[in-house]
Amino acid sequence: MVPLTWFLALGLILFMIGAVGVLIRKNIIIMLMSVELMLNSVNINLVAFSHFLDNVRGQIFAVFTITVAAAEVAVALGILIALVRNRGVFSTDEIDTLKG
Amino acid sequence: MAEKFFFLMFAVVAVGSALAVISLKNPVHSALSLIACLLQVAAIFVLLRSPFLAVVQVFIYVGAVMVLFLFVVLVLNIKKAQLETFPKGRRWFAYAIVPVVGIEFLAVIFGKSFTATGYEAAVEEVKVATLGRALFTEYLFPFEVVSILLLAAMVGAIIMAKKRWD
Repeated sequence: MVPLTWFLALGLILFMIGAVGVLIRKNIIIMLMSVELMLNSVNINLVAFSHFLDNVRGQIFAVFTITVAAAEVAVALGILIALVRNRGVFSTDEIDTLKG
Repeated sequence: MAEKFFFLMFAVVAVGSALAVISLKNPVHSALSLIACLLQVAAIFVLLRSPFLAVVQVFIYVGAVMVLFLFVVLVLNIKKAQLETFPKGRRWFAYAIVPVVGIEFLAVIFGKSFTATGYEAAVEEVKVATLGRALFTEYLFPFEVVSILLLAAMVGAIIMAKKRWD
């Protein structure tokens, strides 16, 4: 039987990898992929607690997380397409209009 | 024992492909690694006796989200010059802060609160009927809210991605 802590540790490691990806990469697409990775690691935690506490609530939460992640990706990629069409840039360093 | 072996196998592949996601230069390769990682997470869900979520993970993440990512990468036609995305310094704080926070969390996870008794794994897997009943009775309102959210996201994505009227 796999202990609960292993699942939590796996979720934590994946979350940290995703956070590093968001922080060090400049390509927007890969930053979005890292965000997906972080959302997924949270799902591991939710499902693990759902399993170990014998409660269906965690899985329901995970379903909602997956739905919201799908919506987020659709909107984010729409924004990305509009951005690339209007500005022709991929790197977050070149998107600096707010800097003034 | 066999379960631990399978867990370690899936976990090692998941962590390896996650590292590949953030370290490969070509976004297509990153997307393919992320697909591998998400499939491992689906396998972890099976180990956690949640077959419904495993299937949902494969359908929605691998089938819809990652295909959308790949489509966008292909449509936007990234050129060689834009593949160079690695930082030229000034990103040391990510390498410094994130491991510190990670070790802190690991200390919490392997501390007394989660390794103590009381976290015994359920024997039976959650039936889809149980999940659906909870979703459509106790969580009906969040379910409807999420459906409206999906509708709004769909409209937003179409409006963002379409060409200007002029």
